[in-house]
Order: sequence, then structure tokens, then C-alpha cells
Amino acid sequence: MTLLGTARVKVIEWLPAIATVVALVVLWEVLVAVLDVQRWLLPAPSVIFAELLDSPGFLLGHAGVTLAEILIGFAVSIALAVVIASGIIWSRTVERSIYPIIIASQTIPVITLAPLLIIWVGTDIMSKVIVIVLFTFFPIVISLVSGLRSVDQEMVDMFRTLGASPFQTFSKLMIPSSLPSFFAGLKVAAVVSVIGGVIGEWFGASAGLGWLMKIAGGQFQTARVFAAIVVLSILAMALFAAVVALEKWSLRKYPPTATRVIRLGDS
Amino acid sequence: MSPASQRITIEDDKNVVGNDALITVSDVDFDYEDSRILSNVSFSVDRGEFVALVGPSGCGKSTILNLISGVLAPESGRISADGLGHHDERLGNVSYMQQKDLLLPWRTVAENGRLGLELSGVPRSESAERVKELAVLFGIEDVLDSMPHELSGGMRQRVALLRAVLPDNSVILLDEPFGALDAITRSSLQRWLSEVLDRTDKAVLLVTHDVDEAILMADRVLVMAPNPGRIVAEEKMNIDSSIGSDVMVTGEFIALKRHILSLLNDQEMGFGASQ
Repeated sequence: MTLLGTARVKVIEWLPAIATVVALVVLWEVLVAVLDVQRWLLPAPSVIFAELLDSPGFLLGHAGVTLAEILIGFAVSIALAVVIASGIIWSRTVERSIYPIIIASQTIPVITLAPLLIIWVGTDIMSKVIVIVLFTFFPIVISLVSGLRSVDQEMVDMFRTLGASPFQTFSKLMIPSSLPSFFAGLKVAAVVSVIGGVIGEWFGASAGLGWLMKIAGGQFQTARVFAAIVVLSILAMALFAAVVALEKWSLRKYPPTATRVIRLGDS
Repeated sequence: MSPASQRITIEDDKNVVGNDALITVSDVDFDYEDSRILSNVSFSVDRGEFVALVGPSGCGKSTILNLISGVLAPESGRISADGLGHHDERLGNVSYMQQKDLLLPWRTVAENGRLGLELSGVPRSESAERVKELAVLFGIEDVLDSMPHELSGGMRQRVALLRAVLPDNSVILLDEPFGALDAITRSSLQRWLSEVLDRTDKAVLLVTHDVDEAILMADRVLVMAPNPGRIVAEEKMNIDSSIGSDVMVTGEFIALKRHILSLLNDQEMGFGASQ
């Protein structure tokens, strides 16, 4: 397929989603005008757009703060998940002592911990990073453990007959086998990391999109709240796209898995 | 016990068993989850000899290969391969091709082929060179840069075989190497493997449930019975397979096949000649 052809297929694939968004935005604009809705209650899309254009540097500055928190939190989560998942795979004792706690910890709503973290570590970047780690660590570690466990005993035996050390089996068989599952977890984590960042900022911060939304909301600057939401969602999509790009590159040599998508609704 | 002192014990064993046995299995028992899988198994394979192990499914044929390769340790009895008496020593020093090809899907054919050398620290350039040399013999030199999922079952089996034999060990274990193949590919690979192995001075042990394959390829056939797995008969083959697949319709071949099938059917396990 030519490059142009591929691009055209991409556009056709995206067309229904784009059309739906455009239709909803137009409907919103029309309804706000026809029903004469107050600007502080629900601003029209055109007003939100104007807000975005009015102070792009201001919004981007706050987006930068949130992004920095997310990237640090993400990195910490991945590092922690790699260490703990490796420990769980390596030793049954580590698995028995840690794994149930990790699962049980998910019953505690992270949002209730955020105020405590502010009390304990203050309102600087650390509290936000911790909240993001609490959100993103779980999907990453679970997917990593299940990926590392997906290796067949026969494959491990084959490595042993070729004289592999346990470390070689881990690095050359188990790690590569776990990558597809690891990236599935990373994609979930990319999305929830933005939520974590906003929640962390909500409870105590001096900058960032979450903080901005809270302040603007308190002052009935509704258009600004919406502008922040738009930037935040672009940020989340960009993070997701970055993870997908990294996944495509890392798995470029892996066999294509789902070549045919089974869809029960289509005849 | 240090490896050196073990090796001395094995040398003593070799003198007892025979002059040039590369594989010796003596009085081996193996249990799995409280049930006896192998009972009192003894045999040996000499240098330059090709021995086939036939028997019904579940009689413990693959378990014997797992024991010789060092993947499993026996309950009692002794095993030695290429002079290595402890199962941990044998790991990495015995060529073992499992029933499935077990190719790593994220590695090219060449990268899969050199896995064994890579794991023992052979430099990449040297191992790549050796893969290339052997690939010509194995007929896979044109697909070295392909990914495993792009290959047919027969080609994948060849790659798995290349990976197993590339480290150049003296003992080669083959577990139904052609099990997943169609009849035509199977017979051409059988003939090709016989030719390749006839030219080496290695000891080859082939596990199969295809009696034709055993007679065609082996110098000697060991017949196994299940529950628990044990060796019940041993037959020397004197078939001249150089005339190709026509040998399978000669009276001599058919008589041998009838004899081995009757040994197998004595076990009354509903066992067929081939699947």
C-alpha cells in the first residue's frame, strides 16, 4: 500500500469520530445561543476556544507543571514495577509477602490519601508524584507480572538445555515475552496518570492544570475551567500516543497478533 | 562432589558398560506426582550410532530425553551423556530438539539459530558465521533474515534443529522432530537428516511413535511399553535406506515393521504404525 493510500485509510477510519465531535460542538454552540445560557454556567465552544487563544502561554505553563509531575511519577512507577515484578517472579516468598498486599491496596481510594499526603510531604511536587505513582503503579505491575508469567515451561526448559543461566533466561526470554502485556498496562497507566496529577494538584499545589481548574472554578471563570480541561485531555491523548508509538517501535519484530478483528455486531 | 571426581566415576562406568558408549542409562526410575513414569530403564548409545525409541503416547519416551538432557533428575539409577554424570552438568552440553520448534517469535531465523552459542558467550560475529555455514546444509540460507511466523512448519523445524545442533555437542536428542509435518515434507527431511547424521560421529537418540521413521533412520530400535514406562525389546536394523523411500515396500522392511508392530501390540494399547 502506498503512503498516500495508508494516510487515506487512516482518515476514513477516523472520520466517524471526527464527525461526531464536530456535530456535538455545533449542537452545543447552537443550544447555548438559542437557550441564552449564562457564560459562567456553560460557556459556548467559541468562548472556550477564545480563552485558549487568549492566554496560550499561561495555560501551557501550567500544563508543563502537570506534565513534569506526570513524567516523574510515571518513571518512578515503571522503575518500582520492574523491581517488584522481578522479585515476585524470582521468589515465591516475595510473591507471597507482597502480591496480596498490592492487590488489597487497590481497595483504598487514592483520592482519600491525597489530603494525608499533603499533610505529610507538603504541597511541593513530591505529593503530586506520589499520587500519580499510586494511580499508575498498579496497572503496570499487574501487567508486568502477568506478562512475565506467560512464558511456557517448555521454553524455559529449551533455554536450560542450551546452557542458559537463570539471569539469561530472565533477560533473553522472560523480559521479551512480557513486553506486549507490559505495554498494555503502560497504556492504561498513561491515561490514569493525568487523573492522578489533577487530583494531587486539587488538594494542594501552587501551579498546574488541576490547581488552575480549582482556582478558576472558585471564581466562576468557567471558560477557563473548560480551556484547562481541553489542554488536559490533549495532554492525556499525547501521552497515550507516545506510549503507543514506543510500543510499536519496541514490538516491531513481534508477529502481528490480531490480524482479523472478530466483530459480533457485523454480519 | 566436585565435577572432576564425578567425571572419574563416569570414566569407570564407561569401562564397565562398553568401549564407546556416549549415552548410558542404567536402572533409571522416575516418578511424577506419586505415580511411576519410568521403571528400571537401561540402555546405551554408542558413538556414531543412531538409536530410535518407539512406544505408545504417554509411555515416558520424552521423559527419557528430559532426563538425559538434564532438564529432569532421575529418582534412582544413573545417567551419563558424553561423560557427564550429573544432570546439572549435562544442561548446555547435550543437543536436545524438543517436539515443538519453540522459536522465539521476536528473533529472526539467524538470531534464533545462534541462541545456544550466544548463551555460552560466543561473539556475535563468530556465531553468525557458523549459523550461515550450517544454514546452507539445512537449506534455510535464504530465510535467515525472516521471522519465524513467516515460515512453514517444515522450515521452522529445520531452524529448531539447527539451533539444537549448532553448539556441536556429541550427544543429540530428537523428540518427534517431524511430528508436525505433512507426509511429503517429513520423508524428505528424514532422508536429509539421515544423510547429515551418517557423516558425523555423534550419538543420536530419536523418539518417535512412527515405526516407519524408526526403521528408516535408526541402527537400533528400542521398543517401550507404558504404565510404568519400560523398555521391552531391542531390535537391530539392517536396512539399506540408500535406495530412498522404495525401501519401504521391500519384503525385508515389511517383515521388520510387522515384527516391531507385533511387539508394540503385545502391550495391547491400541497403538498404530503412524498417526
